[in-house]
Amino acid sequence: MSTAHSPLTSTQALRLLVLRNYLVYRDSWKLFLTGFLEPVLYLFSIGLGVGQLIETFEFNGETIPYAEFVAPAMLAASAFNGALLDSTFNVFFKLKFIKLYDQILATPLTTGDVARAEIVWGQLRGGSYSAAFLLVMLALGLIDSWWAVLALPAALLIGFAFSAVCMALTTYMTSWQDFDKVTLVQVPLFLFSATFFPITAFDGWLRWVVECTPLYRGVVLCRELTTGALSWSSAVSVVYLVLMGLAGLYVVRRRLDALLLT
Amino acid sequence: MADLALRDGLSRQVDYWWTVYRRTWRSSVVSSFLSPLLYVVAMGVLLGGFVDADPDTLEGAPSYLAFVVPGLVAAHAMQTAVGETTYPVMGLIKWQRVYDSMLATPLQVQHLVASTLGFVAFRLITTCGVYMLVLAPFGVFESWWGPFLAFGAQVLTGMVFAVWVYGFTARLHNEEAFGVLFRLGVFPLFLFSGAFFPVDNLGEVGAWAARITPLWHGVNLSRMFCLDHVTWWVAGVNVLVLVVLLVVGWAWALTGLRKRLVW
Repeated sequence: MSTAHSPLTSTQALRLLVLRNYLVYRDSWKLFLTGFLEPVLYLFSIGLGVGQLIETFEFNGETIPYAEFVAPAMLAASAFNGALLDSTFNVFFKLKFIKLYDQILATPLTTGDVARAEIVWGQLRGGSYSAAFLLVMLALGLIDSWWAVLALPAALLIGFAFSAVCMALTTYMTSWQDFDKVTLVQVPLFLFSATFFPITAFDGWLRWVVECTPLYRGVVLCRELTTGALSWSSAVSVVYLVLMGLAGLYVVRRRLDALLLT
Repeated sequence: MADLALRDGLSRQVDYWWTVYRRTWRSSVVSSFLSPLLYVVAMGVLLGGFVDADPDTLEGAPSYLAFVVPGLVAAHAMQTAVGETTYPVMGLIKWQRVYDSMLATPLQVQHLVASTLGFVAFRLITTCGVYMLVLAPFGVFESWWGPFLAFGAQVLTGMVFAVWVYGFTARLHNEEAFGVLFRLGVFPLFLFSGAFFPVDNLGEVGAWAARITPLWHGVNLSRMFCLDHVTWWVAGVNVLVLVVLLVVGWAWALTGLRKRLVW
């Protein structure tokens, strides 16, 4: 008996699937390059253009210029947008249209491998955008603290949490029309998560609701790291996002099992 | 065989477009009405609450909300027009080949272009119209006639983008270019054509670069009329630029489709 047929370890499987994504994506390098522009353009337009109309904001007891307030939010929001688009449109396309996962599962690879590989691939892409954006922030003098080094892992954490949950939701979708519902959640989260203005714009229970949304936790976490104004709520944000990602991952695996293996 | 008159060519396609609209309007509700309204609340009302309102720094607007709203509608007209002339037109030409089947009838290229662009005009009129009606109670209009002229300017702006992007799509074979068009064309215009902040904030060179873009002309017209703060010669230049772009763009759309499907 030879050992040539022993199944792949999950690391080997991961490598293989990420490589597959890379080979496909290599042809769309223009989309890759321009994807980085989006948060930078928002920063220049809203942060610097609108920023001239606004004095300063108070954040965790510190007074910061508007551009410094918006920039970390753009970092978080771009991790969120990237993860959301990758794990809805792309995953739906592979799952329902080109039946890619059916083909993968005909090999020794498992649904767990598929879920992990899609998320890791999304993070490699999103992470490179986040790193580039942090360098832009540094060049513009919008970083106040060494804690900003941790903003990159924070952005990856946001990407992981949303990738996992959105991929889980994608497994329930039946047609392209369902993507209207994605937009319906994406736009309000993007606009109202204290991205462009402080949480103090909301009163009472509304403020409480916003504080419980995942993108708000991510935005505040990034903002606390780049301004150096950390607090105990930073730890709450981290735990929140980790749990959200793990829960999503668990559902994805079970749903893919149910959809593809039964 | 005598050529079919334009009027007959158009009237023969009305039921086609009506069917398309009946089957797709639901999916446009979120993108056409809800998202723009959320932008108004987030940027205009909430962010605007933190802006020091000074008509001198806001091109005559008494509040940031009043400043940003006319620009947002004009920018939304652009986005609607681009949305309707990219993937849907590619579908008519390449994926579903509706145009090929239409050309097998007495219909000709100019009828197809006019009816598709007419449908875009209909989408712009309804979208911008509803948007402006919803804005009325926000108290951002300074006269009763201004919003009507602003509405005309918004539809005109949308049509300029419709004809040019239509011509672009008609010449395009690989639709991946749409992604680049959105990211390098539409999105920067949305952010830097004076919708969110006065273009003067971009510095002298930046401001003039912004003023060359077609969207700025639309944003500026829309804002001047809504705020009743019109400099008539500037408005004349804005309208002239948009009309010239519309006429030239229409010819560009026609030759594009003719080259693609007939020659």
